[in-house]
Amino acid sequence: MASITMDNLHKVYTGGVRAVTGINLDIADGEMIVLVGPSGCGKSTLLRMVAGLETISEGTLHIGERVVNNLEPADRDIAMVFQNYALYPHMTVFNNLAYGLKNRGFSKAEIDRRVRDAAEMLEIGAFLDRKPRQLSGGQRQRVAMGRALVREPAAFLFDEPLSNLDAKLRVQMRVEIRQLQKRLATTSLYVTHDQLEALTMADRLVVLNGGQIEQVGTPMDVYSRPATTFVAGFIGSPAMNMLPADYLRSTQASDNLAHLPQAADLIGIRPEDLALETPGDGDLSLTGKLLLLEPAGAESHLHLKFDGLHENMIIRLPHVPSVIEGQALSFTVRRDNLHPFDGATGKRVS
Amino acid sequence: MVENNRWGNLLAHIILIFGVAIVIFPVYVAIIASTHPSGTFLRGVMPLLPGPNALENYKTVILEGRSRAGTPPISGMLWNSFVMAMAITIGKLSISLLSAFAIVYFRFPFRIFFFWVIFLTLMLPIEVRILPTFQVVADLGMLNSFAGLSIPLIASATATFLFRQFFMTVPEELMEAARVDGAGPMKFFKDILMPLSITNIAALFVIMFIYGWNQYLWPLLITTDPEYYTIVMGIQRMVTGGDSEPLWHLVMATVVLAALPPILVILFMQRLFVKGLTETEK
Amino acid sequence: MQTKRMTFSSKWLPYALLAPQVIITVIFFIWPASQALYQSVLRQDIFGLRTEFVGLDNFVRLLNDPLYLNSLNVTFWFSVGTTFLSMSVALLFAVMVNRMIRSRDTYTTFLVWPYAVAPAIAGVLWWFIFNPSIGIMPYMLKGFGYDWNHRSSSTDAMILVIIAAAWKQISYNFLFFLAGLQSIPQSLIEAAAIDGASRMKRFWTIVFPLLSPITFFLMVVNVVYAMFDTFGVIHATTEGGPAQATNILVYKVYRDGFVNLNLGSSAAQSVILMGIVIILTVIQFRYIERRVNY
Repeated sequence: MASITMDNLHKVYTGGVRAVTGINLDIADGEMIVLVGPSGCGKSTLLRMVAGLETISEGTLHIGERVVNNLEPADRDIAMVFQNYALYPHMTVFNNLAYGLKNRGFSKAEIDRRVRDAAEMLEIGAFLDRKPRQLSGGQRQRVAMGRALVREPAAFLFDEPLSNLDAKLRVQMRVEIRQLQKRLATTSLYVTHDQLEALTMADRLVVLNGGQIEQVGTPMDVYSRPATTFVAGFIGSPAMNMLPADYLRSTQASDNLAHLPQAADLIGIRPEDLALETPGDGDLSLTGKLLLLEPAGAESHLHLKFDGLHENMIIRLPHVPSVIEGQALSFTVRRDNLHPFDGATGKRVS
Repeated sequence: MVENNRWGNLLAHIILIFGVAIVIFPVYVAIIASTHPSGTFLRGVMPLLPGPNALENYKTVILEGRSRAGTPPISGMLWNSFVMAMAITIGKLSISLLSAFAIVYFRFPFRIFFFWVIFLTLMLPIEVRILPTFQVVADLGMLNSFAGLSIPLIASATATFLFRQFFMTVPEELMEAARVDGAGPMKFFKDILMPLSITNIAALFVIMFIYGWNQYLWPLLITTDPEYYTIVMGIQRMVTGGDSEPLWHLVMATVVLAALPPILVILFMQRLFVKGLTETEK
Repeated sequence: MQTKRMTFSSKWLPYALLAPQVIITVIFFIWPASQALYQSVLRQDIFGLRTEFVGLDNFVRLLNDPLYLNSLNVTFWFSVGTTFLSMSVALLFAVMVNRMIRSRDTYTTFLVWPYAVAPAIAGVLWWFIFNPSIGIMPYMLKGFGYDWNHRSSSTDAMILVIIAAAWKQISYNFLFFLAGLQSIPQSLIEAAAIDGASRMKRFWTIVFPLLSPITFFLMVVNVVYAMFDTFGVIHATTEGGPAQATNILVYKVYRDGFVNLNLGSSAAQSVILMGIVIILTVIQFRYIERRVNY
C-alpha cells in the first residue's frame, strides 16, 4: 500500500510531441483515482509513465517513499490491467496468474496459495486449467484482474479495462472492480474515456485535456462545479448547454442575473436543471420551439430551438411529457443552477 | 454458391485424376524399377509392373553401394543428408528468430543497416557466387565437413522476415505485461515469444528441412570425400559414375530412398507445409 | 521500418542477437560476392601466375562470346517454357480442385508432394522415363512416328529438362493458385452469374483478372526458380548438352569456374547473374508491397 505523488511530470516524445505537460497530483494511500478525458488527452501516457512503460521526460514520480523515475516496471511494485487484457495465450489461467510471482522467485506453496485466493475472490477457480481463448470476455477480464491481485502490489493501474466488454457486462464488472478495490483498499489509478465510469468509480477524478489537468475533485464536486467549459462539456450526458450571457441578460429579469460575476459571458445549464414548470420567485424562464422529443423510458430528452440562439438546447426530463414537436414550450431554471464561465479563458468565474 | 453441374464435375474429376496420374507417374515408375533385377533394363521398354527384386536391390544400395563407381553405401549418405538438413534447419531457425527479435523489440543504432545486410542474402543465391564462396570455405578448412555443408547455408532473409512479420502482430501489451511481471528481454523471448511462435517455427521447419535435404550444388562443390556425400548428390555420381548405362534398378532404389524423407514430411505435415510455404513467400 | 511502440533497452544485446546472422552473411555472402565483383575485372594467365587488371574486358568478351549468348538464349527459353508449362497446368488443377468440396483435400494431398522432390531427382526421374533405349515415353512416341533422342536432338533435350523442372514446380503454383481462388469472394461470381455470364466467361472476365496479382507473383518466382534452382536438373541429366542446347547460365558459370577454371569469365558471369537476381528481387518486393495493400 502506498501513496503516489506526481511532481510536475512531463512527457515529450522524440520528434517533439508533448503528450503530458506539468502534471501535479497526490494520490492518497488506498484512494481510487480515475483519469478521464477524450482520446489523445494524455491519460494513457500518464498511466504508462506511472507503470514505467513510458519514460518520464521531466519531473519526479514517487510511489510510496521511493522515487521510481528510473525503475523498471517490475521494480515499481505496481500491477497493471490492460485494455485487451494481455493474457499470455499459451499459458493456462493458473500460469498467467503465477508468471509474475515465479519471476520474482516466490515459493511454489506461496504461489499456489496466492493464485487460489485470487481465483476464489474473482470466482475463476473453475477455469484455472483453461487457456485464455477458452474463456468469455468477462472471464478474461477477471483473469486480468487476478494477475494484478496475486501480486499484492502497492498500486493497481487500470488502462481502460472495460472498453472491450459489452454494455451489460461493463456495468457488472464496474461494480465488481469498485467493490474489490474498496475491500482491498489498494491505491488505484484508473484510465477511462467514459465519463459515467469515471463518475461512478472514482474517489476523486482527474479530468485531462491536451496533456494537462483541467480539474481534480470528487465526482460530485466535478459534476456540480465544473472548473472549465471543457469539464462542463465532458462530464455529464447529455452535455451541459452553453449559452451567451448576453442572451440571458436580454431575455431575463436583471434581478435574477445579479449574482453572476461581470466576467461571466458564457452560462452553462445542465439539461436536467430545466423543468416544465411555472417559474417561481428567482427562477429564469426560457421559451423555445420543440424540434425533437426522444423518449427513453424513464426519462426523455427534448431538443429545442430558442429564438436568437444559434445552438439548440437539450433538456432532460424525468418523465415523458405529452407534447408535440413544433410546439412552443416554456422552461424554468433556478438561478442557482447557472454555471458562469469566462468564454475567453474557458474558466469558471465566481 | 453458384451450383456446379454434374457433367462439369465429372469432367473436372476426370481431368484431375488424369493430372494426378501424370504427377505421380515418375515416382511410380521409379518404385517399379527399383523392384526389378538388372537384366530387365537390358532390353525392351522399362517395366510398369513390380518385379521380384525389391528387397535385394534395397539391401544392396543401403548396405553395399557401388564400389566400382566409387559410391559408398547410401545408408551413410542418408545419414549425411539428415544431419545436413537438420543442421541447416535448426541453424536457420535459431539465427532468424534471434535477428527478428532484435530488429522488432529493440531500437539501436544501425538497425536498418543490419536489416539490409540480412536482406542482401536474398539477392545472392549460392549459384551466383559459387567460386568465391567455395574459396572462403576452403580457406576456412571447412571442405568435407558438416560445418562446411551447413553453416554457409543457414543465413536466411526469408525466415527472418517471416518472424519479423509475426512478431509485429504479437500484441504490444503482452510484452508490457511481461515487463510488469518482471521478465527481461531474454525471459520474454523464451517464455512468451517462442511459445507463441511455435506454429510458425514448425511451418518453417518443414520448408527448411526440405530445402536442406534437397541441397545439391553446394554439397557437390565442397565434398570430395565420399564420407560426406549426401544422398541427392550421390545419385548424380551413380548415374554418371560409370561409362556404361546406369544400373537403373539401383539408381531408382536410391532415388526412392532419397525422395522419401521429404515427401513423408510434406504428407504428414501438409497443413504446416502449406502454411509455411504460402506465408514465407508473401 | 517499425519496431514495437515500446522496446527493450540494452546497449549490447541487440547486436549480440544479430551477430550470428550478420557474421554468416558477411563471411559467406557479402565477402564472396565482393570477391566476384573484384575478380570480374581481373584476368589470370593460363598458368595462374600473373593476374592483371582488365577493366570491363571480361564482360566485353563474354557478351561477344557466342557460347555465352547461346547460354542466355537457352536460359530464356528454358525459363519461359518451365514457367508457362508449370503455371498453366497448376492453374488448371487449381480451378478444378476449387470446384470440389469433399475431395478437395484429397486431391491437394496428391498434388503437393512433388515439391519435396529435389530438382536433381526430378531430372533423373524424367530422364529415366525418356531414356531413348528403355524409356516408356520414347516407346510411345515411336508409335506416333516420332524418334525421341535427347542425346542428339537439342529440342528433345530442352523439352526433357523443361518437363522435369516444371513437374516439380506444379505443386508450388497449384497451392498459390488455389489459395488465390479461395480468396475470391463468392458474391462476385454470383453477381456475374446473375449478369448472365457463362462459366467460361466468368472465369476469363472475373476470376482470372482477380488472380492476376498472384499470377504475376508466381511468374517472378518461377523465373527465379528456373534460372537459379534448376542446376540439379541439368547437372544430373543432360549436363548442358547436346551441343550446348541446355547449357543454362548457372550451369555454365559452374562449368567455367570449376571445370574450365576460367576465373575471370566465371566471376563476370556471376556478376551478371547477381544483376539479374537483384532486378527480379526488386520486382518481387515492389509487387509485394502493393499486394499488402490490395
